[in-house]
Amino acid sequence: MARLNLVQAINQALAQEMERDKDVIVIGEDVGKDGGVFRVTQGLLDKFGPERVMDTPLSELGIIGSAVGLAAYGMKPVAEIQFMGFTYAGLEQLFSHAARIRSRSRNRFTCPMVVRTPYGIGIKPPELHSESTEGLFCHMPGLKVVVPSNPYSAKGLLTSAIRDPDPVLFLEASRLYRSIKAEVPEEEYTIPLGKASVYQEGNDITVVSWGTMLHRAAEASEDFDCEIIDLQTLRPYDEEAVVKSVKKTGRLVIVYEAARIGGFGAEIAALVAEEAFEYLKAPVVRVAAPDAVIPMARLEDHYMPSPERIRSAFESVMRY
Amino acid sequence: MPTKTVSSSETKNIQIINEKGEADGTLVSRFTEDDFRRFFETIILARTFNHRALSLQREGRLGTYASIWGQEASQIGTALAFGEEDWLFPSFRESGVYIARGYPIWMLYRYWAGDERGMQAPPGFNLFPMSVPVGTQVPHATGAAWAMKLKGHRNAAAVYFGDGGSSKGDFHEGLNFAGVFKVPAIFICQNNQWAISVPRSRQTAAKTIAERAFGYGFEGVQVDGNDITAVYKVTKDAIEKARAGGGPTLIECFTYRLDDHTTADDSSRYRSDDEVEYWKEREPLKRLRTYMEGKGWWTKEYEDDLTKKAEERIDSEIRKAEAFEAPDPADIIKYTYGSLTPRQARELKELKWRG
Ligand SMILES: Cc1ncc(C[n+]2csc(CCOP(=O)(O)OP(=O)(O)O)c2C)c(N)n1
Ligand SMILES: [Mg+2]
Repeated sequence: MARLNLVQAINQALAQEMERDKDVIVIGEDVGKDGGVFRVTQGLLDKFGPERVMDTPLSELGIIGSAVGLAAYGMKPVAEIQFMGFTYAGLEQLFSHAARIRSRSRNRFTCPMVVRTPYGIGIKPPELHSESTEGLFCHMPGLKVVVPSNPYSAKGLLTSAIRDPDPVLFLEASRLYRSIKAEVPEEEYTIPLGKASVYQEGNDITVVSWGTMLHRAAEASEDFDCEIIDLQTLRPYDEEAVVKSVKKTGRLVIVYEAARIGGFGAEIAALVAEEAFEYLKAPVVRVAAPDAVIPMARLEDHYMPSPERIRSAFESVMRY
Repeated sequence: MPTKTVSSSETKNIQIINEKGEADGTLVSRFTEDDFRRFFETIILARTFNHRALSLQREGRLGTYASIWGQEASQIGTALAFGEEDWLFPSFRESGVYIARGYPIWMLYRYWAGDERGMQAPPGFNLFPMSVPVGTQVPHATGAAWAMKLKGHRNAAAVYFGDGGSSKGDFHEGLNFAGVFKVPAIFICQNNQWAISVPRSRQTAAKTIAERAFGYGFEGVQVDGNDITAVYKVTKDAIEKARAGGGPTLIECFTYRLDDHTTADDSSRYRSDDEVEYWKEREPLKRLRTYMEGKGWWTKEYEDDLTKKAEERIDSEIRKAEAFEAPDPADIIKYTYGSLTPRQARELKELKWRG
């Protein structure tokens, strides 16, 4: 089995889905000749031609808004937005239309589209290239939010996302693009949206994480008996897997890199408070970024939850 | 049904000195020897800043950097036309605008090394931090100009954006408001023919970007963006008009990005060497040299001396930038609001940060 990095795995999923379904098209900025700024769409233009891989004018609103119409009419647009921070121009389209056309038309119109975008801190890029505002998108009913943590799951999840009947925001950790490899089957396969994956079994602490931070949490867990849950899909998320694990361990640490207030960790903490309160041995801890604007490169390492901070969270819950 | 033309527009391209260094006698006569020296010297300084930035980036001393090579006339010619009282809203590619305004060069290096303090404009510099999300800064100039009008001030606000930026909704909305409220705003499009790998033809089916002003009810002009005299003239005209209450202007500087998009890009993937060579023949300094030499204002020694002085100046700016104390991690939190929230105060303590 080939060992692929995240970029290659996503590229393979795109190519296979385009092969399988001629309605799948790729649109975005620099996705054609340039192959995307991270080279994720490299080779697709040559393989599928300029009517299926299209560079658009520089307009995220145009890309996402057109994807709504493209999808409603029967195409399956996979839109690339260069960085998560640039999806914001398209939010009205995503929130007010893509996410609710099914409901507004009572199923008459739907919006099977995927918006792929790199997210997250850790590559010391220019300003606004490190956003991790998944919580914002998870708050929007009608939208699905997927965050793979490795090349294997990325391929299976993206395949599912493209085949999904509803709009999916697919977040790709820019820090992981080329830094990890995994065995990825050549043939197509799917991983169901909405299902978590147990990264590591354990007995003392349930650790819930996703994307880049999953790896940090795993790194920090060496001296502890942690059950690490890779959420994979944040919306709809696998509530059952989280609750079941907390019932076993009695402790919960949520590790993510977004600003803490209003972040997705709050949802998980609330779920556990509602569903597994009497099983908890220690207060729930969120290890997240401070309540502040993501800094530029010089201060990046201070902002991102460090393995030490994660370890001290593990220590704090083990004191109970 | 008889039809009649209810509206029509035409768009002009303005050039004073062509790529061979030949000038339009009348138009060029308003520029003095001092003007030319100022243009020439500022371009040399900006170019020196730029090539040093590129090598610092290669050495890992700066982060990703966006080169201004080829666009100096468009940046400097426009920027020099403004006064201190005017407000400018540049994009990430406008290091030359900051330099022409006299912004501390060491601070630009700080910014490009990933330090927000580089954009903490010293008092008297009405330049916003460079905008990173493309085109989003366009309505800011509209708003600042609107405020100037409401307060009865006779200054102007200008925004810089690229050919790519003209595709954003922000462009439409910013220009539309400016037309409706007739504010003293100047919209400066740096049409350098590329938005990373996407050619100008993919941004708009319109023949020029300048003509898009017509749809908003005001004037748009295209100028040879590699002719600093023409760029300066159209900007001055737009500023005078704005101050006189004549409303906004869109200026399309027709220029070319000679380098890769940024240090993270490889432009050989999507454009030909021939195209780049064509534009190298037309770069801004070449024609200025020829013209000034004809006037007896340029000699090789003059340029060599200038270059040497610019290199020395840049050396000391880089030293100053790199000697600057490291940023305090507490700064991440400290500037979020006018005062710390209780949560932030706790976070500062918990994280054991200085400050
Ligand atoms: C809203 C937004 N989308 C995408 C990007 C990524 N990006 C940075 S520069 C650029 C191209 C900009 O082209 P143009 O406006 O012509 O300016 P130029 O870079 O040529 O100066 C892109 C796509 C961004 N910074 N902001
Ligand atoms: Mg451009």
